[in-house]
Amino acid sequence: MTRPLRTVLPSDALDATDRAILNALQDGFPLTPRPFDDAGAALGIAGADLIARLTRLRDLGAITRFGPFFDAAALGGAFCLCAMAVPPDCFDTVMTQVNAHPEVAHNYERTHALNMWFVLATDTPDGIDRTARAIENETGLRVMLFPKLEEYFIGFRVQA
Amino acid sequence: MTLDAIDRRIVQATQAGLPLVPEPYADIAAALGLTEAEVIARLAALQDRGAVRRIALAPNHYALGMTANGMSVWDVADDRVSDLGAQVGALPFVTHCYRRPRALSEWPFNLFAMLHGESRSEVEEKRARVAAILGDACRGHDILYSTRILKKTGLRLRDD
Repeated sequence: MTRPLRTVLPSDALDATDRAILNALQDGFPLTPRPFDDAGAALGIAGADLIARLTRLRDLGAITRFGPFFDAAALGGAFCLCAMAVPPDCFDTVMTQVNAHPEVAHNYERTHALNMWFVLATDTPDGIDRTARAIENETGLRVMLFPKLEEYFIGFRVQA
Repeated sequence: MTLDAIDRRIVQATQAGLPLVPEPYADIAAALGLTEAEVIARLAALQDRGAVRRIALAPNHYALGMTANGMSVWDVADDRVSDLGAQVGALPFVTHCYRRPRALSEWPFNLFAMLHGESRSEVEEKRARVAAILGDACRGHDILYSTRILKKTGLRLRDD
């Protein structure tokens, strides 16, 4: 399924119930045999309506993921935010070299001397260092590692 | 923490998302040759152990009109960063709020908070609200806007 990442939905694409769903289901989803019925009851809609709306929201691209969010460290792997200062004249070459690593989960160009920021996700903790060193060897550029030391809760709310 | 082979199969079966059907856990169980009760019990155990952070929906900020995103970074006194980070992370427009190591002397920042808004000016207003919370505990800050998504895939366990 293709989900357009960089397309803004028209402002009338979502109604109040859709917005309530987007807000409520960020906090959690029941582990019960008929979880859509249970989550729908809290929102005042039937389970079938919730499924239909989530399907539409997903197909519209309003949702990037729906399901369990796994902790890489708890699964025996690791995540690490990394940054590089890439000279503009070789940016695309370096981007291709970096993105070729399957361990690179996201990569963003940003407005700073450190202009390439990516997340490494690896199956094992030592995979982070190994991948970062490999990228340094391929590109001749330094990879700075910014592992998370502490996390403060994640929230995002659409205006209901 | 280690996952046994059945946990791993459940992770692999759900990492792309839950099926949008009335009994999603029964569907997963049928695909894996397990019972629905076992899938629910194992996901609950993974959640208790922290391997599943939560079962939830992730909205697509960009599609919802939050087209400006800035990674705000702050140099916060070490003895106050945990307290203040929790306050910043609780703001509804902040996602992904983490304490990370400084890389002195070129990178003095130890608190990272992703800010989302419909425009850069809205993100700047939100940045001012974060600055107000941090007050004199903050010795410097910056904001890095994303100018391009270079790659975006989720966490994937290898199929092995």
